[in-house]
Amino acid sequence: MRDVAVIGVGMTKWGELWEKSLRTIFVETALLALDDAGVDRIDSMYVGSMSSGLFVGQEHIASLLADYLGQAPVPSARVETACASGGLALRLGFMEVASGMSDVVLVSGIEKMTDVSGYEATYALGTAADQEYEGYHGITFPGLYALIARAHMEKYGTTREQLALVAVKNHLNGSKNPLAQYPFKITVDSVLNSVLVADPLRLLDCSPITDGAAAVILCPIEMARKMNKPVVKITGSGHATDSIALSSRKDITWLEATYQAGKRAYAMANKKPKDIDILEVHDCFTIAEICVIEALGIVEKGKGGKAAEDEITYLEGKIPVNTSGGLKAKGHPVGATGVAQVIEIVKQLQGEAGKRQVKNPRIGMAQNMGGSGGSTVVHIFERE
Amino acid sequence: MTTPSRYWREIPQRYRLEANKCKKCGFVFFPPRLICSQCQNRKFEETKLAEKGKVLTFTIIRVPPQQFVDQAPYAVGIVELDDGVKLTGQIVDCDFEDLKIGKRVKIEFRKIFAEGEAGILCYGYKFVPE
Repeated sequence: MRDVAVIGVGMTKWGELWEKSLRTIFVETALLALDDAGVDRIDSMYVGSMSSGLFVGQEHIASLLADYLGQAPVPSARVETACASGGLALRLGFMEVASGMSDVVLVSGIEKMTDVSGYEATYALGTAADQEYEGYHGITFPGLYALIARAHMEKYGTTREQLALVAVKNHLNGSKNPLAQYPFKITVDSVLNSVLVADPLRLLDCSPITDGAAAVILCPIEMARKMNKPVVKITGSGHATDSIALSSRKDITWLEATYQAGKRAYAMANKKPKDIDILEVHDCFTIAEICVIEALGIVEKGKGGKAAEDEITYLEGKIPVNTSGGLKAKGHPVGATGVAQVIEIVKQLQGEAGKRQVKNPRIGMAQNMGGSGGSTVVHIFERE
Repeated sequence: MTTPSRYWREIPQRYRLEANKCKKCGFVFFPPRLICSQCQNRKFEETKLAEKGKVLTFTIIRVPPQQFVDQAPYAVGIVELDDGVKLTGQIVDCDFEDLKIGKRVKIEFRKIFAEGEAGILCYGYKFVPE
């Protein structure tokens, strides 16, 4: 296998982009990545999208987007693992370059979520759960994570305030990210006084509905070394599955797919949790960040709630988590999220993260999760 | 929208709680499966779910999907039945204040939702206090 580097990244401002279509958002973003990499042709591309069919009524977007990016007839594939689609796109692009089948591959993710009503968006997102045995009974995505949160609070004594602190921290980071959908600070009080969505989770525990895309360009490491910027290579990649029905899991508070994907990525990169300098995780709900850092071995099982409270996951902490603002503040266009996480890690490792720059990080990790944890993709990145 | 065939196919599970049990390791699957996720054995015997159990976790849905708008707020939980099977469903006939982890419940046959005025009336299991 060849070593693979990320040589270009592209992301535009996320939010409710009513004036822009799916294809426009994609092309604007992908062009930024091409420019950043200094290339105008690619060998192949991947697009992570959870549900362009339900959100904009358009399938077959892999070819549509390759055409609008001026790259047809290059091979282009759309990949889907619910909210982990972007992470999976990266893994497939990585494998393609590592294998030697292609040299320059564009990896992107996109979701255009505001062309439908709130009910339709809730339905589309709900299809990431077991439709016949979860959705049928009226559970929603906030509801599934609320089930995890209540069980975690009961089992480990995690508090309502600790959940709120995850959102407060991520908004603090997001306030320093000009591309974030909600670049402002919030307080514990504002979280605790926001409207209940699914007890114990409130509105400010939840990531928002977002339009947005993200794109990166991958190439063999020799090519990256010829460029005039720090080389960031992908050294670990792990992907794992679990039952998509939460009730089928042995332990409702434990994200086995995240544990398994993390284990594989750590083994491939020959790294341990303590080696990781910065981490982007899938905080679709506050409880998710808590469970993810436990499953990745960053903190002990059951101690995830204390991490934000003790400020170890803050920008200046021992292991900064979600320096980008996370899904909570940056926004969560589901298919794009996994690729945007990579962009944050690359920018941090290159020292280009602006006001939210962590001091000289060398190794970063991104964890992207689908549904209530039924699939997870984890990658490790290192600056040469 | 549920088509009649999609609804009809699930009736053995939703109305009669039909499950299957791995003949090798004894793991019970609901809905029934063709290969055991625990030991990859493919021989099963038919069984029926235990109708009583305890609440493992629960939430109160305040922002519901469209078909459940007239029911909100309502409680949904994961219940561990006495045969070890875990099941997601609504917990009804119980004040929210009385809901707690560990509470004993039993399964009852109820209407789950209606698909509009001309659509299918969808039935299935819900949990009520034992």
